[in-house]
Amino acid sequence: MIGAELLLKCLEEKNVDKVFGIPGGVLLPLYDVLPKSNIQHILMRHEQGAAHAADGYARSTGKVGVCFATSGPGATNLLTGLGTAMMDSVPVVAITGQVAQHLIGKDSFQEADTIGFSLSSTKYNYLVKDAEDIPAIVEEAFYIAQTGRPGPVLIDVPKDVLMQIVTKTKKPVVRKHVLKKLATPKININQLNKAFEAIKKSKKPLIIAGGGIVIGRAEKELQEVAQKLRIPVAVTLMGKGSYPSGDDLFLGMVGMHGTVKGNYSIQESDLIIAIGMRFSDRVVGRSDGFAPKAKIIHVDIEAAEIDKNIVTDIPIVADCKEFLTNVDKNIEGPLNTEPWIKEIQGVNKKKPIPEEGIQPENLLQFINEYIDDKTIVVTDVGQHQMWSALYIHPKGEKSFLTSGGLGTMGYGLPAAIGAQVANPDKRVVLITGDGSFQMNLQEMAIVRQYSLPITIVLMNNRCLGMVRQWQELFHESNYSQTLFEFSPDWELLAQAYGIKAAKIEGKEEVDKVFTENYDGREPAFLDYRIDCKANVFPMVPAGCSLDEIWGCK
Amino acid sequence: MSESSRVHTLVVMVENSPGVLTKVTSLFSRRGYNIISLIASETEDPIISRLTIVVAGDDKVIEQVAKQLNKMVDVLKVTDITGKETVARQLLLIKVAVETGTRVEIIELANIFRARVLDIGRKSLIIEATGDETKIKAMIDTFKPFGIIEFSRTGHISMVRGQKER
Repeated sequence: MIGAELLLKCLEEKNVDKVFGIPGGVLLPLYDVLPKSNIQHILMRHEQGAAHAADGYARSTGKVGVCFATSGPGATNLLTGLGTAMMDSVPVVAITGQVAQHLIGKDSFQEADTIGFSLSSTKYNYLVKDAEDIPAIVEEAFYIAQTGRPGPVLIDVPKDVLMQIVTKTKKPVVRKHVLKKLATPKININQLNKAFEAIKKSKKPLIIAGGGIVIGRAEKELQEVAQKLRIPVAVTLMGKGSYPSGDDLFLGMVGMHGTVKGNYSIQESDLIIAIGMRFSDRVVGRSDGFAPKAKIIHVDIEAAEIDKNIVTDIPIVADCKEFLTNVDKNIEGPLNTEPWIKEIQGVNKKKPIPEEGIQPENLLQFINEYIDDKTIVVTDVGQHQMWSALYIHPKGEKSFLTSGGLGTMGYGLPAAIGAQVANPDKRVVLITGDGSFQMNLQEMAIVRQYSLPITIVLMNNRCLGMVRQWQELFHESNYSQTLFEFSPDWELLAQAYGIKAAKIEGKEEVDKVFTENYDGREPAFLDYRIDCKANVFPMVPAGCSLDEIWGCK
Repeated sequence: MSESSRVHTLVVMVENSPGVLTKVTSLFSRRGYNIISLIASETEDPIISRLTIVVAGDDKVIEQVAKQLNKMVDVLKVTDITGKETVARQLLLIKVAVETGTRVEIIELANIFRARVLDIGRKSLIIEATGDETKIKAMIDTFKPFGIIEFSRTGHISMVRGQKER
């Protein structure tokens, strides 16, 4: 057996069924034996796409997503995808080829310092120097990627290691210090009791649910606690889908483009229970004006998140689910919160929606009607992403995939591919913008090749909308380099990739075209010419506190 | 530097793997913090290294860096020993210019500092000294008038003192 065969065998043993990748010079030994394995390889068209596809696979299933890339540019192209996964805590294992060991450090052809440049965008990385170490490294890489706060792990394998004949191997064990480091933290009983007391006393409690709820599969526990105690629930972008949107306690998203109700409740609450979220600057706004009347309980599995962005009163380092289960067991409901709930419901500022043209709100509210528990919504980054966060309400678990932390334009299409490949029985709707989509549109080839029934909704405003919006609001409408003076013929482009396409210019066609194209089991590309002057409101300008909400009356 | 900024000494125990030092230092560099000194050495357990990092920075930021260091897979323990009862030492090698008239005086001064002369050249002396920051600084200042050709110092290593009997 050679190193490459051993590597694939180890991946099979970790139940890897699909990988996303692109071959290259140093990966030839791996791709030579790949057809003999049980792993299905999806040939992407750009390594960034491979990383995002692995990310989409992972986010939509909770399993580890795997991608392959060759040395040098292959590995550097992965980097944006790894950084995206790192920021949003996604378990991805990236296998990169490296030049043979005797060529490392000599500026050899397609050599790059993969270990060096991936240090800060991975949770951990390995350079394999001996094929005998492969089983132990793969075992540990998967353990690190999935355990505690998940994240990407990179394994860099030199070509000679892939070709090395292996007769004996070391046991696949995770090193002791790694086990100890990533062990689920023991919940501190004193802190927990303090939290119980605070919750019981609170008249205006608010739960903010972050990505930790989605990652830790604590949706049911969250719902139980909130409904039993009658505590309103707001979500962060990463926490979307963690709470049923139809529930009367649900307030929607908080932060820069949060709902008026959501942000109002933060500023008026006397107790914020922040679970599995990290007080990102996009959530907090001006940090010294955040939740001025509230005590804050901060629950996170990562000790380094405590007091990082906001100093909290009762920090609890724990798994979200464990915390919620404890709250459920120890506090009798309901709390007397009805006056508080009424107060929030009374806040009814809305953004006025113009009559003319295709308005994003109307389009997405319409699409939202089609979203069921078998639909995964994937977005790119920009205005359409925030509109989706405001108006699309996913119904199933792990059904809203978006690049939150790194804000990676170009994430959407490959992530949608990863999600659809991982969930053949579900429907994937990609909501994207014409700016983002052009950053990875080459992956349309994969959509066609595998007949993935992804519905691509292009919210086409002929500009880099979010930047344009900031220019309008903060730079006296000086639209420097944000308006596209040329755009492709989108219908023709999609058709060139064998995907049926339609252009929708009038608002009266919105419904009909979507309905026609959503029914089939075929990919569709819908070019919606939305009002190019539409802005995302509500908006709290950067650096302002959450009560300074623009764009709503 | 802001008001709460001061010099911190962090002792970081790490699993001795390639890249661990880069990861540790990058946490400081991404915040634009200069490391004043950093010493990495083996410990009683050969797979564990002890890093002594001296860095100036805002208390809160350093606390955050310490937490983020702790989050790294290969970091076993982080202790901020700033303000604790510690023993801190560093080693100084200093090459001082000498003339016929100053040689004896320089050697006498070295003796006062309990430093040793390691090398005698026609125009220079190399002196070795250990001590805390104050002593090393005092020595450098003392020899400055004679002409310092070069010096090299290790930066300090520290240990928290043992508990005293009452």
